[in-house]
Amino acid sequence: MALLQTTDTSALGAQGLQGNGALSRWASQHAAILILGLLLVILPAAAGEFILVQVVGWSLILGMIALSLMFLAGYGGMVSLAQMTVAGVAGYMIAVFGTSSLPAISLFWPWWVAAPIAIAIAVAFGTLAGALSARTEGIYTIMITLALASAFFYLTLQNWPIFNGFNGFTTIPAPHFLGVNWKAPVPLYYMILFFAALSYAAVVYISRTPFGLALQGVRDNPRRMEAIGYNVTAHRIAAYAFAALIAAIGGILLVWQNNQISPFSVGVNVVINILIIAVIGGLSHPIGPFIGAIIYVILRTFALDSLVAVGLDGRRFQTLIGLGFLVIVLFSPDGVIGLWRRWSARALSSRSSNNR
Amino acid sequence: MVSTRAVVAQQQQPVSSIAERMAAAGTGNAIELRGVSRFFGALAALTDITLSVRPGERRAVLGSNGAGKTTLLNCVTGDFPPTSGSVRFFGEDVTTLPPHERIRRGLRRTYQISLLFQRLTVRENVYLACRGVSRGRFSFIRTSARDSIMQSVSDLISLVHLESVADRLVGELAHGQQRQLEIALALAGAPRFILFDEPAAGLSPNERGDLVAILTALPAHIGYIIIEHDMDVALRVVESVTMMHNGRIFKEGAPHEIEADQEVQQLYLGGGNA
Repeated sequence: MALLQTTDTSALGAQGLQGNGALSRWASQHAAILILGLLLVILPAAAGEFILVQVVGWSLILGMIALSLMFLAGYGGMVSLAQMTVAGVAGYMIAVFGTSSLPAISLFWPWWVAAPIAIAIAVAFGTLAGALSARTEGIYTIMITLALASAFFYLTLQNWPIFNGFNGFTTIPAPHFLGVNWKAPVPLYYMILFFAALSYAAVVYISRTPFGLALQGVRDNPRRMEAIGYNVTAHRIAAYAFAALIAAIGGILLVWQNNQISPFSVGVNVVINILIIAVIGGLSHPIGPFIGAIIYVILRTFALDSLVAVGLDGRRFQTLIGLGFLVIVLFSPDGVIGLWRRWSARALSSRSSNNR
Repeated sequence: MVSTRAVVAQQQQPVSSIAERMAAAGTGNAIELRGVSRFFGALAALTDITLSVRPGERRAVLGSNGAGKTTLLNCVTGDFPPTSGSVRFFGEDVTTLPPHERIRRGLRRTYQISLLFQRLTVRENVYLACRGVSRGRFSFIRTSARDSIMQSVSDLISLVHLESVADRLVGELAHGQQRQLEIALALAGAPRFILFDEPAAGLSPNERGDLVAILTALPAHIGYIIIEHDMDVALRVVESVTMMHNGRIFKEGAPHEIEADQEVQQLYLGGGNA
């Protein structure tokens, strides 16, 4: 996890923007991230295919898509429900331009042509969604982006020439390159891990750049940002474009991991799940969405069996997720990150009082 | 104490291309309003205001609450553009320009109720103000601690005596400190004209002294309009006064003329502020 290391140390490069308190906070987070990264790198030695791809891999991908929401909401104050849709556009496009079981639609272009095209189209879509909602705030942003998400869902459901309607696409394998078959579980896992770590590092880094700080300024006070020389609308749209890039990469990985995409991959309930993941994890730090994603995936994967084991109806797993969501939001508005910060603050203060 | 003149002089070189162009072209009055009116629905907040302020001129705008003083500033900055009439800034018609374009041309303002970035630190707030009028607003590269912009940021922070809280979140600051920060944000970059909206409101007597010192020490080429209820502050830092009442200008003159004026005394100084 050299990536994560370099990010966290280079954060100190901007010492001018951080106080000592922030520095020590960074240092303690640095250690936690490092250990987590190391565990993820050596995981294939210990875990089987199911855990690697279906649990951790899936979590990292959902984490990336939720990260794109966290970037917009946490730093920009813009709650966009269209991030899963951006991922879905990229996922559909990789199936249309690349390989699938549908020769009537798919163009079977090589991955190094299909993937950039899919990402470009998804980023264009995400930027357009941003342009539509950048002049709105709060509930109106949510409504516009939700409308876009539902529109795309119905488009995929009803359009057969491009989206193959109800059935969608299957058999969309990860490519074969550099002599590695990336479809195989361990390479696929490492590819997902690489892009998840890269997006995480990029968001952490950008949060302290002029662009990222200005975005936080827009969140706190858009009117004042105008009055110190920033074009607030342009800044918001640029943030949507960057978030769309992360979501688009996540969308392609999701299709390669799942080996299929259909309208139900981009349905409104999935869109809402991304919001839930981001909120459960916490919107104040880029690690939040990944924490939220692993919690969601574990509940999703194991709740059914554990409910049955205690004699309840397994189909109630959604209720369990809902309850978990309720409890976390009730006790900590900033999700698991908020709980963690409160817990470490308490540990710190009790340690210092013991020392006295 | 760091001198205002030194801090602002150091930031004088126009840093954005627009500022460079304007510095080359800048002629005419700093602020020129012609027939400016502003309606909120049926309510006329400003009626037919015509006002010129020379470059480097320091002017107070006085008037009771609801006289339209803040609306006047909002029309100049574009926060709320005028319903009719035109606004010129150093000869250029800026009536339809968005606020950020006016700011990049050298206009600055402070707000009556502090409009700050509550979840960022003092240093980050000042940094954003400096970055906002320079290149690289969209930069994806972090600013190094050795970058010259960080020196400007530190200078502005010491100018308003906020060194001790420079790395605290603005939301945690006392009211007076937030007011000081408001002023620091307006001095960032290369200001050519500043609009101060009740800068002394909520300041302690000591802090008011500092404010007067900062204002009087501004380089001579920087003019300003100040709205201020505290006459001790207002009349000490300006050379001309505009009196407003019910959205209209009804008197202009030097501070001593205004103070002596019968009508003014009746309408304004004779009121709650006596």
